Amino acid sequence: MNYRMITYILGWILLFEAGFLLVPSLTALIYGEQAVKSFLLSIAICVVVSALLIFKKPKNTSLRSRDGFVIVSLSWIVLSLFGAIPFMLTGATTSFVDALFETVSGFTTTGASIFNNVDILPRSILMWRSFTHWVGGMGVLVFIMAFLPLSGGRNMYIMRAESPGPSVSKLVPRVRTTALLLYGIYFALTLLEFVILLCGGMSAFDALNTAFATAGTGGFAPHSDSMNGFSPFLQVVVGVFMLLFSLNFSSYFLVLKGRFKDSFTCEIRTFLVIVAAAVTVITLNIRGMFSTVGEALRHAFFTVSSIISTTGFATVDFNLWPQLSRAILVLLMFIGACAGSTGGGIKVSRIIIYFKTAVRELRTAIHPKQVKKITMDGKPVEQTVVRSSLVFLVCFMLVFVCSVLIVSIDNYDLPTNFTAVAATINNIGPGLNAVGPTYNFAFFSPLSKLVLIFDMLAGRLELLPMLLLFAPTTWKKS
Amino acid sequence: MKNLHRKQEGSMNIIIVGCGKIGQNLAEQLDEEGNNITVVDISPEKVQEISTRLDVMGVVGNGATHAIQQEAGIDDADLLIAVTGSDELNLLCCIVARKSGHCHAIARVKQPEYSTEASYLKDELGLAMVINPQYAAAEEIARVLRFPSAMKIDTFAGGRVELVKFRLPVDSPLVGMSVREMAAQLHPDVLICTVERDAEAYIAKGDLVFEGKDVISLIASPKSAADFFTKISYRTRSVKDVIIAGGGKTAHYLCDMLLRDGMAVKIIEKEARVCEELCTLFPDATVIHGNAGDQEILIEEGIERTGAFVALTNMDEENILLSLFAKRVGKGKLVTKINRFDFSDLVDQLDLDSIIYPKNIASDVIVRYIRAMKNTIGSNVETLYNVIKGKVEASEFIVKEGSLITGKPLSELAFKKNVLIASILRGQKVIIPRGQDCILPGDHVVIVSELMGLHDITDVLR
Repeated sequence: MNYRMITYILGWILLFEAGFLLVPSLTALIYGEQAVKSFLLSIAICVVVSALLIFKKPKNTSLRSRDGFVIVSLSWIVLSLFGAIPFMLTGATTSFVDALFETVSGFTTTGASIFNNVDILPRSILMWRSFTHWVGGMGVLVFIMAFLPLSGGRNMYIMRAESPGPSVSKLVPRVRTTALLLYGIYFALTLLEFVILLCGGMSAFDALNTAFATAGTGGFAPHSDSMNGFSPFLQVVVGVFMLLFSLNFSSYFLVLKGRFKDSFTCEIRTFLVIVAAAVTVITLNIRGMFSTVGEALRHAFFTVSSIISTTGFATVDFNLWPQLSRAILVLLMFIGACAGSTGGGIKVSRIIIYFKTAVRELRTAIHPKQVKKITMDGKPVEQTVVRSSLVFLVCFMLVFVCSVLIVSIDNYDLPTNFTAVAATINNIGPGLNAVGPTYNFAFFSPLSKLVLIFDMLAGRLELLPMLLLFAPTTWKKS
Repeated sequence: MKNLHRKQEGSMNIIIVGCGKIGQNLAEQLDEEGNNITVVDISPEKVQEISTRLDVMGVVGNGATHAIQQEAGIDDADLLIAVTGSDELNLLCCIVARKSGHCHAIARVKQPEYSTEASYLKDELGLAMVINPQYAAAEEIARVLRFPSAMKIDTFAGGRVELVKFRLPVDSPLVGMSVREMAAQLHPDVLICTVERDAEAYIAKGDLVFEGKDVISLIASPKSAADFFTKISYRTRSVKDVIIAGGGKTAHYLCDMLLRDGMAVKIIEKEARVCEELCTLFPDATVIHGNAGDQEILIEEGIERTGAFVALTNMDEENILLSLFAKRVGKGKLVTKINRFDFSDLVDQLDLDSIIYPKNIASDVIVRYIRAMKNTIGSNVETLYNVIKGKVEASEFIVKEGSLITGKPLSELAFKKNVLIASILRGQKVIIPRGQDCILPGDHVVIVSELMGLHDITDVLR
């Protein structure tokens, strides 16, 4: 374990965080808010700690596989710990666990909040919440590693650990260029949404916040009623962009390269079929609750898009919907977005692998000697990928069950506990019943909140890095 | 968009087909030099391993198919290098690449049958280069046998300047002398570039004192180098007879070269069939049918008195042991071939004269070719050698008209730390530069420095 190198990289993370904090500071300055002092103080704290850590560049810059995992999980924890400082300093909340919950929820693009009423919060705090979504959506580490002059670019370990999906591949040979392309696409799409929202009549502040929160598939809205207060047009725009941000980003790259056929992958096709099916069933199911079919369709589309992209915006209180619709939404939570997007969940590509593995297993029961490879887009899926996907599911279940058990100590009803864990581990935000879209997570005990914080981080980093952090073998010498 | 990941300065898009020893070596070196590398191999494990270790993209599949080449980005590629284990596959890869892309193609060809037709293949198939690792290794061995004082010889300016590496014997008169004292006493027309001692490398300064077992690199014309070794009376006698252990392809090529140089060659090979083949091809050579691992045979064939012993069996361990034995019983020049071993530090400590790593030689030759290619797109490095891997490089530049470095005496120029102007070739004349010498346009200048990846000669100025 190269401790010196790990702390060095953590130092750089903090320096970048200080840079991120400039955005809300600027907001506070523009709106003349008191909070500007708190933000500047937070920046100062980050810079001082960072300076201590990066003062001297370590001699040995080699990283092993386990270093990569530890760096990823620690970076996200450090990022969240220091990102929580402004919430405390501005007096937005007095409990550190609450502040940490809010920050982790932001960086992991969950969007589960502990605030009852966000309309009374300073605008700079709202901006910081949305901005953490935007930063966390694409992942910070790959960005930092790609541009930091510290290693010979042997950071595939880190890229693997941070990027969502069963297998990570690069678009072009260099990590640096790949990162540049991905962030470029991310930035361009965010800008596009911002402009369309602005043209649709949203205020600049709301449009920027919404664009950030959509891009990261986060879900912190600048108003307590989420997206309910905006015009139908704006709701549809946000609904469409949530879907766009939950597609595999490498497909955008292929589209730009003019390879349309290759970009329409099996995963994206399946994803769109699931969305279409869910929207149809829910529209039929909730038709009676709205005056026109069009309105029902709009709300069904928005909600499905919001849940499957793991964003968590709401136009209506879907907690009041019939049981069938509610059940479908809970299932969508687990499916999640496409691999290589900013969304969370188990990921559509893994679901496809599970399905195909199950079918293959059933076939071998009938033809015991049959040899069959699982393929996706005409290419064989390596057995190691299948295996790690299956292990992912087992770990997921394990973390999930343990979390539900611990959260149940608080003695709320099962749907609340179940969906609270589902909504955090899949990085969605709102669940059902007491954690429904019109409520928040403030009422949980600190212990439950800590468990949910762990779930959010574990869900965003796809379990392995967070679990390895607690494995004794990670810290053994050899 | 299409051009977004195209050339930054001096970077090329290179596809390497085959992730064996040479492929991996190439990927590593070319990656370090800032090229965009895509590797292709049929084995997912190999691709996975290399793309985790290096910043390269991996594609799994048959590199000779158009579809896989497309996936690897043949449309944007500047160069495809086919180094799989099969000659036919390599040639096919190159043909497909030449037809579908606009890139150059390099093929590894190891069968002697094809190898003798290398230039025909090159011309007819439009290949940029045909590389035969065994042949290249044999060439390097022949070079050190012709000049046994050296562990390794690299050449600049078409052979008119040499970079010679040798190990200083403990009883040499140079031991205890500083570089400055040596220059004052011997007036040699050579330039000491670097000294390696206990895995540390030093750029030689005037006050550096030589110690026994130092590995010294020097630059000189071939004649001055020979004179220098005579002056310090270090093994200057050229090799007259050679024993080669193992009769593989490298031995085959080497035997041919050495016989043409007029040396007496003795090959020990355990397979009767190979022995017969060799003695038909080389009637002048002595072919011994026997196991080179047998001490009695080695002694009987005169390992104690031979001028040189070359261990070329297929087993790295056997080669090392044979050389150790030859070192103990004889005084001849030793050459040891090592194919797979990655313990080069350890092997260097054994003090076995020259160690030949065919995989490194092949990739060095290709890398050198690529550098020359890059020449046309910005950088103007002519040839480049790793004097000490990853620490010191020697590069040759052709000085252009109007370059900042011209016209002033060297002593008046502000150089960066640890830069050595090692030699200037003007017309046919080799100048070992002193402070009052000037660099003129058109000169070939060899620079030894710790700065990696120089693009222009002015990069060495502060």
